[in-house]
Amino acid sequence: MNWFEIITMHSPALIVAVPLLTGFLTPLVSRINSTVRNLFVIIMLSITGFLIALLGYDVLTNGIRTYVFGGGNTVVTLPSGLMFHVRIIFEVDVMNVFMIFITIILAIIGIVYSFSFMKKEDGLDKYYTIVLLLITSTLGMELTGDLFNFFVFLEISCITSCALIAFWVHKGEALEAAFKYIVVSSIGALFFLFALGLLYAQYNALNMATIANSIQFSIIDQAALILIIAALAMKAGLVPMHMWLPDSYGEAPPSITFILIAATQASLYGAFRVLFTLYGNVFNSVNLASLSLVLTTNTMGWIIITLAIITILVGVFMALIQTDFKRLIAFAAVAEIGYIFLGIGVRLASKYVQYTGGSATGIAFTEYSSIALNGSIFHIINDCLDIGLLFLVAGAIYYATKETSLDKMGGLARNLKYTTIFFVIGLLAVSGMPPFNGFASKLMLYESTFQLNPIIAIIAVLASIMLLAVFVKVFYSVFMGPEQPKFKEVKEVPKTMLIAMGAIVVIIIIFGLFPNLVINNLVAPAANALTNYTTYISKVIPGVI
Amino acid sequence: MFSLDSFFETLKTGSGFWNPLVWIIIIAIAFLLIYVLRSLGKKEYKEKTEQTQSFLSGNPEYEKEQMHIKGSNVYWGFTEALKWAFNVLRKMHTGNASDYVLWFIIVMGFLFIVVFLTGAL
Repeated sequence: MNWFEIITMHSPALIVAVPLLTGFLTPLVSRINSTVRNLFVIIMLSITGFLIALLGYDVLTNGIRTYVFGGGNTVVTLPSGLMFHVRIIFEVDVMNVFMIFITIILAIIGIVYSFSFMKKEDGLDKYYTIVLLLITSTLGMELTGDLFNFFVFLEISCITSCALIAFWVHKGEALEAAFKYIVVSSIGALFFLFALGLLYAQYNALNMATIANSIQFSIIDQAALILIIAALAMKAGLVPMHMWLPDSYGEAPPSITFILIAATQASLYGAFRVLFTLYGNVFNSVNLASLSLVLTTNTMGWIIITLAIITILVGVFMALIQTDFKRLIAFAAVAEIGYIFLGIGVRLASKYVQYTGGSATGIAFTEYSSIALNGSIFHIINDCLDIGLLFLVAGAIYYATKETSLDKMGGLARNLKYTTIFFVIGLLAVSGMPPFNGFASKLMLYESTFQLNPIIAIIAVLASIMLLAVFVKVFYSVFMGPEQPKFKEVKEVPKTMLIAMGAIVVIIIIFGLFPNLVINNLVAPAANALTNYTTYISKVIPGVI
Repeated sequence: MFSLDSFFETLKTGSGFWNPLVWIIIIAIAFLLIYVLRSLGKKEYKEKTEQTQSFLSGNPEYEKEQMHIKGSNVYWGFTEALKWAFNVLRKMHTGNASDYVLWFIIVMGFLFIVVFLTGAL
């Protein structure tokens, strides 16, 4: 085995270990000087990115990868014949690769942006340490195949996010937002832990594949499902559990908000994994034995659709009346989360029973349900890029003017030419305007939703148009209008910030112009990995399925 | 593995399709037509003359800095007409952490009721 194969083999562990160790080494490296520290952080994150590329290539070529910590393939066979691994397992399919790919892109760009944006702040050694721990926890949540391990990473994510939201500790609002975040997150995490207890009591296992193989959908399983989904939906920002999100996103430094988006999406990934893999027997199964669960699946789908539509509307309406730039974008982010949940809901609500001669002969999903799921997964990355870009633009404006209030700004396009262009691209992309990336994923969501229920699709389209109106308002009040005397001396932001925003713009344009490049190579395989839950289970418990 | 054919593929969405490159070509043609039409217009516009001054129904023009409409005033009519709805939403966002947790409990309770009811069927 050559070194390349060895690194590829251990890449799942290294992807978490490298940023973790880098985080703890950063205060030490900071002792030399800030340039060396910055170089160290970005080089180590690039190495993590390289490892993710290796793992991604391996998974796309050879299928699901499992990585057992602490030893070889330690398999225990119970008297019942059930075999399972006793150690913590990372199980990586294309969905996991898709998520860690998003996380590393956001992490690298967020760190590059931080170099200039945070330059004048104190305590940057601690800042980078906590950011790297946040990145580690996000990657861990997205790689693990163990529910308790997921909870541990979720907790690390909560604590580090709280510390970073409160980074501008001299601002009372930042502390308040951090307090609210830790209260809400901890309570959510506790309910998640309670759900794990219920599942562990039932199945004597915490491995996702093992539980997925045994799930019965008893009353206890149903209770665990609700607790997990409610906790993860709150972490993802689903209305009416979204209220921590505008507070936190609005008060954290924009470079942090950018990386926090990845952490939020990790919770969303958790919801995907739980619904489609852990409870795959219930929601994904097309086996006639699960006939009685079709109604439950449809009901869950309609609940999610209802919450998604409320999320979209509340997000857009609240964004319209905001006067704080970052808070406005945060509400737009809430609306975008609604679109992602809409796709999940449509997928679940479109399961149906096939009848021949009055008797049930099969269970199936409608053709458009796959498009809804693909659109939903594609929208995860588009949401991260589009909303992330807008946060970085808001940060650039704050950097240049020290203002976040829309009422106090105007005419900035004269001084901030590149930032204005980046904002316009972000505006069009987030509103789902062609030919940018947001259009492709929203089109998939609109069309699939339309086939399920035209009224819901129309609401979704109108909300997107309203989102455009919201950002046109921002564009007018911040960038257009006569030159304001107090902004005459404002200069364009430093190059590293422009490079960070420019990098996202390039990705947005590429994804917009060549949507099938992403859909065929990442999104559709990720959706397949989610729907083929039996493959996920059989990789950990060979011979059982 | 990675398929490069995907670059120029048309995205099929079940009942529709989307090809950004075709869209760009059409938009480019449209812009070309607009440019041609524009160039056919009169060329009598003179900069820095009375032609460029705003006419505000005979009222004097304010200083340019004062002419900018603030962010909170944009869409004033729309927000005023839907004031009742915005007030409900504003009241919902209390900023109180206890309320945030309460909403979480309400959603969870709602899910328990619905899933248990349908699960029992």
